Amino acid sequence: MSLSNQLKNQHLMWRAGFGPAVEQLPDLSKFTPKQFYKALVKASDKKPEFIDVADDYLKGLLMGIEETGRQKKKEMDIEDRKKVQQKNREGVRNLNLFWLHNMVNSASQLREKMAFFWHGHFACRNINIFYQQGLLDVLRRNALGNFGTMLKEVSQTAAMLNFLNNQQNRKDHPNENFAREVMELFTLGRGNYTENDIKEAARAFTGWSANMKGEFVFRRFQHDFGSKTVLGRTGNFDGGEVLDILLQEKQTARYITQKIYRFFVNEKPDNDKIDWLADRFFKNNYEIAPLMEDIFTSDWFYEDKNIGALIKSPVELMVGIQRMLPMKLESEDSLILLQRVLGQQLFYPPNVAGWPGGRNWIDSSSLMMRMRIPLLINDTDQMNISPKDDDDAMMGRKDGEPAMEMAKKQGSKQNAMGNGGKRQQINADVDWKPYVKYYESVPRENLEASISANLLQVKSQVGTEVIKQHSDQSGRENFIKTATLQIMSTPEYQLC
Amino acid sequence: MYIRRKEFIQVGSLATASMMVPKFLKAFEGKAMVPPGNKVVVVLQLSGGNDGLNTVIPVRNDLYYKARPKLGIEKSKALTLTDEVGIHPALTGFKELFDDGSLSILNNVGYPNPDRSHFRSMDIWHTASQSTDYWTTGWVGRYLDAQCKGCDKPTQAIELDDILSLSLKGEQLKGIAVKDPRRLYGTANEKFFRDVMKNHKAANHPAGDQPVDYLYKTMAETLSSADYIFQQSKMHPTNASYPSTGLGNSLKTVASLIYSEINTKVYYVSLGSFDTHINQDNQQQRLFTEMNDAVKAFVKDLKQNNRFNDVLFFTFSEFGRRVAQNASNGTDHGTANNMFFISGGLKQKGLINEMPDLGNLDEGDLKFKVDFKNAYATVLKKWLNADDRSILTKQYDYLNFI
Repeated sequence: MSLSNQLKNQHLMWRAGFGPAVEQLPDLSKFTPKQFYKALVKASDKKPEFIDVADDYLKGLLMGIEETGRQKKKEMDIEDRKKVQQKNREGVRNLNLFWLHNMVNSASQLREKMAFFWHGHFACRNINIFYQQGLLDVLRRNALGNFGTMLKEVSQTAAMLNFLNNQQNRKDHPNENFAREVMELFTLGRGNYTENDIKEAARAFTGWSANMKGEFVFRRFQHDFGSKTVLGRTGNFDGGEVLDILLQEKQTARYITQKIYRFFVNEKPDNDKIDWLADRFFKNNYEIAPLMEDIFTSDWFYEDKNIGALIKSPVELMVGIQRMLPMKLESEDSLILLQRVLGQQLFYPPNVAGWPGGRNWIDSSSLMMRMRIPLLINDTDQMNISPKDDDDAMMGRKDGEPAMEMAKKQGSKQNAMGNGGKRQQINADVDWKPYVKYYESVPRENLEASISANLLQVKSQVGTEVIKQHSDQSGRENFIKTATLQIMSTPEYQLC
Repeated sequence: MYIRRKEFIQVGSLATASMMVPKFLKAFEGKAMVPPGNKVVVVLQLSGGNDGLNTVIPVRNDLYYKARPKLGIEKSKALTLTDEVGIHPALTGFKELFDDGSLSILNNVGYPNPDRSHFRSMDIWHTASQSTDYWTTGWVGRYLDAQCKGCDKPTQAIELDDILSLSLKGEQLKGIAVKDPRRLYGTANEKFFRDVMKNHKAANHPAGDQPVDYLYKTMAETLSSADYIFQQSKMHPTNASYPSTGLGNSLKTVASLIYSEINTKVYYVSLGSFDTHINQDNQQQRLFTEMNDAVKAFVKDLKQNNRFNDVLFFTFSEFGRRVAQNASNGTDHGTANNMFFISGGLKQKGLINEMPDLGNLDEGDLKFKVDFKNAYATVLKKWLNADDRSILTKQYDYLNFI
């Protein structure tokens, strides 16, 4: 059975981007996937702009510190420090929203999607806004560039050096954390090196550090200049040379390719395909763009078994909805709240291994919450659950302040649904016009099928009758809107 | 009709129990209930890294007061446990439990190569992995996998929260998070979800192993668990009085479920944040008051209903705090910590190992002596009668407190 171009292009848009946008609807059946992919690549050509959301107060403070030397930091009193923490937290929040907004609106879908993948690969928790901005910039700039270059740049970011304790990695006092994770999670994967390789590599990374501004600093006096043996090679290696050794291992190409395959194609690895791709990735000296082209222009990528086979991550789900239904939110805090409730908050991966993904996204509460989002957007449902505290981010403060503020504001609107718990409406203003307009020429009796086809990547198991029963049949426009929201509230919509 | 059938089961199990173990009969006078013997665990997670040294206090150790000139709790203020050891002044109920032999304190609990990130260290406690491993399933979740093979409702483990912790996520099965049984997913779209499910069942789809099947399976379990938990919570709701705090409400719900016929073996509750970098005293006092009052009410309730011997309540935190106080009247992230075990069925009571050795620190941090996985293994094996070795993927020695 041959699949339609529309389905294939939707597949491509969900995998190489964050789902089709409403304005793309008419194009989905007009072009072949190859044409579509070419356009995606072109739209991602431009070097991305550095995202700077850091607060002026923090910037001023940083300048002041540079001028008066390190002394100043110690002299900061409790109030100052509290303020710095708070400003950093706000910064990371704003960086999250800024990037999320890009994922929804940017034409550089492929680049942002790749950066999102690398964001999970080079997973890093750090509440310093300058560090996070720096790391994100490395990932977005190199997203489709060279993996080796990106690896080296990431390894010299303040964010990663700090997160993996390399500040404490000194000649006479090695800390192996950085070297371990570089091998285990960033390059070779488990089982492809020895404990001794880690010890030796850690020595090569001694003295790799960063200053307050987040710039890389090589501290000579902390560096171990002696001879090291890593993966059978011996020399007076420094960190960069160890990274080169790791890149010379074909296993690194294979490990990265397998991870990319499982993220972009199918969670079930196909070893023949992965070997073939990895081989070319290695021969191409770790150029990422050709690898992605190999995948997205292959015939097997568009095979039935790969379509609708992935569970959308919370960010993909939320961004995907917003691409199809452009909206303004009364408070963007609800976007942060949803990320936290659903288990994927940008810049707060669970650990250096990133989000495990797949079925790990789904448990009873997260699934029900995911399926409630569409009606939350429509203000016919209310947010009545609260996220867990994240003590790394909160530094001892009781969490949930924005949620509570909103709940207070909403106090008068609360209805008598259930009891206890904070409730709030998202108050989204959806621009339905372009979406509704697209269905202008669709006959009434085909509407449900047409909406389903646009929104779902797997055959719906929900009967047409059920959707109709739970939609507003009072008029064509109302039906389109409510049927869309109900179809988005099904298990099938969780897949792409 | 449904209720009546349930009532019949109540009588039925009562009759069986009374025939087999006549001495239990007394326990049932006036109130029909499940017979004792159904052992459950209640886990209380103290999120944020509780300061163990100001919880169980070495009141005669000069090193303690030297490291904490302002924060140290004076001997006269601490509640006395032994000549050497006091407990935080807010924990009056815990002192009573200590005195009547229903509280064990395990000191110096931790794990090798401790991590100071809240999230990561909590991860390690949740998954029971080594600190160099990244696991994606939790120890209670894997218990669920082992316990609930082929069952239709994963209600053996319930978390009193809106969101499920990693602890309760298994490979095959995941526990249920529910803050209030009256609204497991309180949503305006409930009818739609039920119709989607009904329709799906009617279509009689064979259960495959595609992601979509997994989603429908999870949805089916959620809806049936929601109904089941709700029914059970109404069966014998406790009428004891609890403080109207978050923890108080949660433990009240747990008590009501314990008195029902639900198959739940593990209840999971959290309290926080104990991340006391600044002005520790007030924050810890406030949280301990909430913990103390709620636990006191819970224990009293369990005793009155003759279930205290069947319930093992324990606390843990992702790490302790540094021995020395910081410059903001607080403490920073540390390592080893203590755990409380509360039950009417303890075998080792009181302080079951030595207090932290403050003269032998690792760069200002306590050295751990007991791996927390030994405590897990003990609870799994001795209390829940489960295969701890396969759940923890390794054989850990058992402790003797139960």
